[in-house]
Amino acid sequence: MPEAADMVDVELRVKRYDPERDNKPHWQTFHVQVKAFRSVVLDALHAAKWHHDGTLSFRRSCAHGVCGSDAMVINGANDLACQALIEDLGPVVTVEAIRGLPLIKDLVVDMEPFFAQYRAVLPYLINSDEPGYRERLQSTEERARYDDTTKCILCAACTTSCPVYWGNTGYVGPAAIVNAHRFVFDSRDEAAEQRLDILNHRSGVWRCRTAFNCSEACPRGIKVTQAIEEVKRAILLDRL
Amino acid sequence: MRRFEAVNVHHHSYDAVIVGAGGAGLRAAIETAGKCRTAVITKLYPTRSHTGAAQGGMCAALANVEEDSWEWHLFDTVKGGDYLVDQPAAEVMCREAIDAVIELEHFGLPFNRTPEGRIDQRRFGGHTRNHGEAPVMRACYSADRTGHMILQTLFQQCVARDVNFFNEFQVLDIAFVQDGTSRRVGGVVAYEQATGDLHVFRSKAVLFASGGFGKMFRVSSNAHTLTGDGPGLLYRRGIPMQDMEFFQFHPTGIYKLGILLSEAARGEGGILRNRDGERFMERYAPTVKDLAPRDMVARAIQTEILEGRGVGPDQDAVHLDLSHLPPEFIDAKLPDITDFVRTYLGLEPKVDPIPIQPTAHYAMGGIPTNVDGEVVVDAGGTVMPGLYAAGECACVSVHGANRLGTNSLLDIVVFGKRGGRAMAGFVASSDLPDLAGGVEGDVRSRIERMKAGSGGESVADIRDTLQNEMMDKASVFRSADSLRSALADVQELRQRWDRVSIDDKGETFNYDLTEALELGYLLDLAEALVVSAAARTESRGAHMRVDHPGRDDANWMKHTLVTRAADATLALSYKPVLGDRYEPMERKY
Repeated sequence: MPEAADMVDVELRVKRYDPERDNKPHWQTFHVQVKAFRSVVLDALHAAKWHHDGTLSFRRSCAHGVCGSDAMVINGANDLACQALIEDLGPVVTVEAIRGLPLIKDLVVDMEPFFAQYRAVLPYLINSDEPGYRERLQSTEERARYDDTTKCILCAACTTSCPVYWGNTGYVGPAAIVNAHRFVFDSRDEAAEQRLDILNHRSGVWRCRTAFNCSEACPRGIKVTQAIEEVKRAILLDRL
Repeated sequence: MRRFEAVNVHHHSYDAVIVGAGGAGLRAAIETAGKCRTAVITKLYPTRSHTGAAQGGMCAALANVEEDSWEWHLFDTVKGGDYLVDQPAAEVMCREAIDAVIELEHFGLPFNRTPEGRIDQRRFGGHTRNHGEAPVMRACYSADRTGHMILQTLFQQCVARDVNFFNEFQVLDIAFVQDGTSRRVGGVVAYEQATGDLHVFRSKAVLFASGGFGKMFRVSSNAHTLTGDGPGLLYRRGIPMQDMEFFQFHPTGIYKLGILLSEAARGEGGILRNRDGERFMERYAPTVKDLAPRDMVARAIQTEILEGRGVGPDQDAVHLDLSHLPPEFIDAKLPDITDFVRTYLGLEPKVDPIPIQPTAHYAMGGIPTNVDGEVVVDAGGTVMPGLYAAGECACVSVHGANRLGTNSLLDIVVFGKRGGRAMAGFVASSDLPDLAGGVEGDVRSRIERMKAGSGGESVADIRDTLQNEMMDKASVFRSADSLRSALADVQELRQRWDRVSIDDKGETFNYDLTEALELGYLLDLAEALVVSAAARTESRGAHMRVDHPGRDDANWMKHTLVTRAADATLALSYKPVLGDRYEPMERKY
C-alpha cells in the first residue's frame, strides 16, 4: 500500500530544442520532486513544466500507457513516459525525443511520416463477401492467431528504436508491419496477398536486420520481431 | 531557425465539420464519407482519443451466450439511470445496439469468441435478465481493451475511406450566422498546435464529439486532455448544458491515481472487500452484490470508508480482490488492468488485494440533443440548425442520472452514426453559410491576452485547487453547504484565472497556452455542475445529496438546463423526462 507523503528528488535532464530560438538542440537539467511511490517519468516532466518552465513541450494524454502519445528516449531506451518508473531509472533521468522522425520542439516530433507508413500497408479489414445480418464466424484459435498484434497503440516506440529506420526512413518500419500482420493473419481478411506484395518491396520487411530493438521497445509487450519474421515467412513460403 | 510575426489566419470551406476523433467522431465520419465534404478536426491524433481507454465491453442483447432481449436491456438502462432516462431515446439505443455490434464485427473488430465462433458476452454491472432477476451475459468484449479495439477499428475504417483529418488542431470557438429571422451554424475557429496559426472552417454543419471533462476532479480516470473544450465553448456562446449535476464516479479507480480498473473485473468474479475482509456489497445490493450499478457501488465504498472500514494508511480505500480467480483466467480476460496494477501499485493482482477508490469517470450531462444528434437549445425541443453533438459531450439523454457500464461505447457508435447520417442529410439540402470575415477575432484576442498576462497566477495551482475542491465538495456525496462552498471556490478561481501568466510566448506546440485555455473551460463547466447540483434538492442516481437523501419524483422528475448569458450570469430551467413505458419504482438490486 502506498505511503502518500514521501517525496524523492529527481535530476531530470531533457534535450531541448525550440525552433523559434535555437539553432540546435541543447541539454537542460531540472531538479524536481516527485512522489517516492511508483512515480513515472511523466510525473517528473509535469513537475518541470508546471513548476519550473512552462515552455517545455511534450505530448501526453491518458497517462497510463494506452493512448501512445508520450513515447520518448528515456535513459537511452525507448519507452512511454507514463509507464517508465522513476524507481527503476534511478535519481538521474535523461529524456530526449524519439529518433528517426523530424524533430519539431523539445520532445515533440513530426508523426506524419510514421502514419503515412502505417497507411501504406492497407491497415483495415478487406473482405468482399456479403456478411449478412450476423457476425462472421471466427474460432477462438483463429482469433488467437493475430491477438498479439491487435495490441498496437501506434506510439512509434518500436519504429523509432530501429537502427535500420534511423538510417533509412523510407523503410516502412516495425509498427507498419505489425499492423499489416494484424490483418494478414486474420481469418476474415482477403487482402493478405496485396499487403505481402507491398511488404516484399525494397522498403518492406527485407530491410529488417532482426536487431530485436523493436520488441524490447514495445510498451505493450508485442513480440514485434516475431511478427516481422512471420510476415517474412508468409512471403517466402506462400508465394515463392 | 524560424521567426513568427503576426498570427496567420487560414480559411477553409467544408460541407460538414466533426470536432473530435474518438469513437463518436470517427463513427460519424464513416457515415458522412462519400456523402459530403467533411473535415475531422481533433486536438490529438485520432488514436490518442480516450475511447481507447475503455475496457470492459459494449452491451447488446445478441443472446449469443444466454437468453436476452433488447427490452430487458432497455429496462436496465432506464432503471440504472434512476428514471431520468428519456425512454424513447434509450429504446433507440438498445434496439440498435445489436446491429451496431454486428457492424463493428463486419468492420473487423476482433471480439472475443464463443466456442461456436460467435461474439462472446459477459456480465456487467446493472445488466440483468428479465427485469432484475439475475446478472445476464450481455457485454460483447475484446479482452479488457474493448475501447482500444473500437477506436482502432473505426480509425482503420476512416483510413480506408480516406477521411480528411486535421490532427492537432484545437477548436476554440463556434460561429453562428443570421439566416432570416433565425440563427444557424456558420463554422468553427481552430488553433493549429504545430504553428500557432488560426484556421476558420466555414461549414454548413458542425458535429461535436469532443468527449468529457473529468479533469475537473482530483481522482479521475480521464485523460489530461479531457477538459470539456466542446461543451465549454458552446456554453459560452449561449447553448444550454443539460443535467450537469450527474457525474459518474466509477467505483474501482486505482488508489490515488484514479486509473480505471474495469467493472469487468467484477463481471468476471472479482469481489470488493473492506478492512475486515467482508464482502460488503452483500449488505447494499443483496441480489446482484458487486454487480450493482456504479452509483450504488461508489456510495457503498464511500460509506464503508466514512464509517471506518477502509483500508490503507489513511483508511480511504477498499480492496478489489481477484486472488480467488484462476491465474490463467486473469491472463486471458483481464490482462491490461492487471498490468496497470503491477506497474502503478507494484502489486501482483493474482495474489494481492488491490486498493481502489471511486474515480471521476463520466459526464451523464452535456450538450442537449435529440436521437438524431441535433442540438436542442430549449425546453420546447427547438433545434439549432446545423449543430450536432454525440458521445460523452452530448446528453441525449440515454444515461439519465447514472450510466450503466458498457452503455457509453454503445452510445458513441449508435449516436455517432445517427448524428453523422442526420448531418449528411442536412447539408445535402442547405447552402454554405454567409460567414463574415473576422470571426477568429475573439480567439485571437484570447490568445494574445493570455500570452501578455502578467498577473502571476499559475495554471497548475488553479487547476490543482479546482480538482481538490470539486473532489471534496461536489463528488460522490454533496450537501447544500458543500456545494455553496464549492461555488464560492470556483468563482474565486475564475477570477484568478483572469490573472494567469504563462511562460511560453511562442507559436510552436505551445501547450502552456492550450492548458491555460483548457482550464478556462473546466472552470466554466465546474460552475455549471455545482449550480445545477445545488438546485436539485433530491438524491437521484449519481447525484447524492446527504441533506436530501430521497428521490423526489413529484418535484424533480425533470432534466436540468443551465444557460450562461453574455454577462456570465447563469439561469436554470427544466424540461420533462420523455417516455412512460416504465413507471418509476424504488431502485433495489
